[in-house]
Amino acid sequence: MASVVLEAVRKVYAGGVEAVKGLSLTIPDGSFTVLLGPSGCGKSTLLRMIAGLEEISGGAITIGGKKVNDVEPSERDIAMVFQNYALYPHMSVYDNMAYGLRNRGTAKEEIERRVAEAARMLAIEPYLQRKPRALSGGQRQRVAMGRAIVREPAAFLFDEPLSNLDAKLRVQMRLEIRKLHNRLKATSIFVTHDQVEAMTLADQVVVMNSGKIEQTGTPLEIYRRPASKFVATFIGSPAMNLFPGTIAAPGKVTLADGTGFAYDANVFDAKPGAKVEIGLRPEDAKASVAAPGRPKLVWEVTEELGATRLLHGMLAGSPFVLAMQADIDTPARELALEATPETVHIFDPESGRSLRRA
Amino acid sequence: MVERQTLFARILPHVVLITGVCIVAFPVYLALLASTYDAATVQTGQMTLLPGNQMLQNYERILFSGTNSTTREPVGTMLMNSFIMAMVIALGKIAISLISAYAIVFFRFPFRMAAFWLIFVTLMLPVEVRIYPTYKIVADLQLLDTYTGLTLPLIASATATLLFRQFFMTVPEELVEASKIDGAGPYKFFKDTLLPLSVTTMAALFVIQFIYGWNQYLWPLLITTRDNMQTIVIGIKKMIVTQDALTEWQLAMATAVLALLPPVFVVVLMQKLFVKGLVETEK
Repeated sequence: MASVVLEAVRKVYAGGVEAVKGLSLTIPDGSFTVLLGPSGCGKSTLLRMIAGLEEISGGAITIGGKKVNDVEPSERDIAMVFQNYALYPHMSVYDNMAYGLRNRGTAKEEIERRVAEAARMLAIEPYLQRKPRALSGGQRQRVAMGRAIVREPAAFLFDEPLSNLDAKLRVQMRLEIRKLHNRLKATSIFVTHDQVEAMTLADQVVVMNSGKIEQTGTPLEIYRRPASKFVATFIGSPAMNLFPGTIAAPGKVTLADGTGFAYDANVFDAKPGAKVEIGLRPEDAKASVAAPGRPKLVWEVTEELGATRLLHGMLAGSPFVLAMQADIDTPARELALEATPETVHIFDPESGRSLRRA
Repeated sequence: MVERQTLFARILPHVVLITGVCIVAFPVYLALLASTYDAATVQTGQMTLLPGNQMLQNYERILFSGTNSTTREPVGTMLMNSFIMAMVIALGKIAISLISAYAIVFFRFPFRMAAFWLIFVTLMLPVEVRIYPTYKIVADLQLLDTYTGLTLPLIASATATLLFRQFFMTVPEELVEASKIDGAGPYKFFKDTLLPLSVTTMAALFVIQFIYGWNQYLWPLLITTRDNMQTIVIGIKKMIVTQDALTEWQLAMATAVLALLPPVFVVVLMQKLFVKGLVETEK
């Protein structure tokens, strides 16, 4: 058990590409931190630097108070679960789990005890003598986790461990990883590009974009108070609607057609007359019968998702998606939109940052 | 295939295959037949398609005493020489190639690609091309008429290195990283992970290289002068081409049959692993 601290960590590849651009982050002891971002944002590189599989170009990484920049991966007191499991194909499940311990010279009885305990925890006891190829994807995933657990490391590192599983199994394993974490209370760092995994697993979500941290916070903070347009559109499905507007007066923003929404002027700091970008989540907008002077959505296509129905259309010249209950009859082509002031987000169109007061 | 096949369509492939097997097998059968008659019958062409009654005598004589004139050594010694040569070459090639392929694939060092290409171009330099310098070196090292001289120059192998390189490159990067995290250094990774995974590739190479070593002709011909260092391939050649005596065909054929056996034995023994090694991609 230990906290992991990153200070101004940089990674520059031989070709001059800067994959991680001076990034500082504290991962508290016992927390479940998810690094979330699109492909190529540097999240995997960052994890591999913590693991010691990539050299650190600048800054410092500290695990449990010990600076590990030049420490071998095996000496860092971490365990890693890989995307493709990386089990040794020629070893039995038992040997796969015991191999790392044997290399460290752990006593035989101790190895047996730890493997048996991990196998029980993961319900893979019947397969201990099998080879990995005789296991299903989910079982292999468990073995890979077992291999990490038996090491009793200071920190668990997960590199997109669920992306090779089918959708149903992914949901099930996601839940099990969370349960396991509740039980072991070990510091965990989990890399994924799947926002649902991030939202469901994390105590702390770190949203990354092109080598930098966009926002750090609890899943709900990230969802409710996105710090930038990037976070706003990356989290939530379908993505938050963004459309241009002008601040008419504190607490009032108008669209291109002159209609407008109210926003919370205590939360967002924008000067009257400023051009801004308005963010409104599809599920936060409410539709009612069209009326003059109200923001007007003209929709063209509907998508039925079972519980919800999505209406795709235009709002004052910008594309807009509205999510509504599916049990309401198909509404008229033109609808009036309203939103409570707390759900309207205001962004700076230049920098993309939220205009939320500090 | 699900469609029903006519009787003809089912039989035809077998007819073709059986004909093919007969064409290949007939000369071998003829050699086996010839080794069971006495010299006179073979010479006068009175051999039938049924075996004669001289088999035991012929094989006993050739194995333990040799022919009258040309090869003064019994075939037993030649078999042993050929076997030692083929084994040392095959095992040596595997050992050297494994290590060099490991270095080329898994380590980053200056001139890595240059080293790879240097090995690669030796494919263009088989023994026949570099025969004079190789002979000179072996002669200067006093290695003529020794097993070392017979095998050492043939051990370096670009083919085997390439094959191992191709195999190693299919080993997932994550496996190397998992080993690192599990505290296995380069030597332990090689021994605990790479070697067990390479078993089938090694078996396939062993078969190919054993036969390569067994069939060597030019090199042993050059560097062996003593009768007791002769290999069996040279022995057969000497028995057939005689200037001042009749060729004892029944003995030459018996030798040929004996020379066939070890490679056949190796292939049969390694067949399963061999096929797996060449086609399997399971990781």
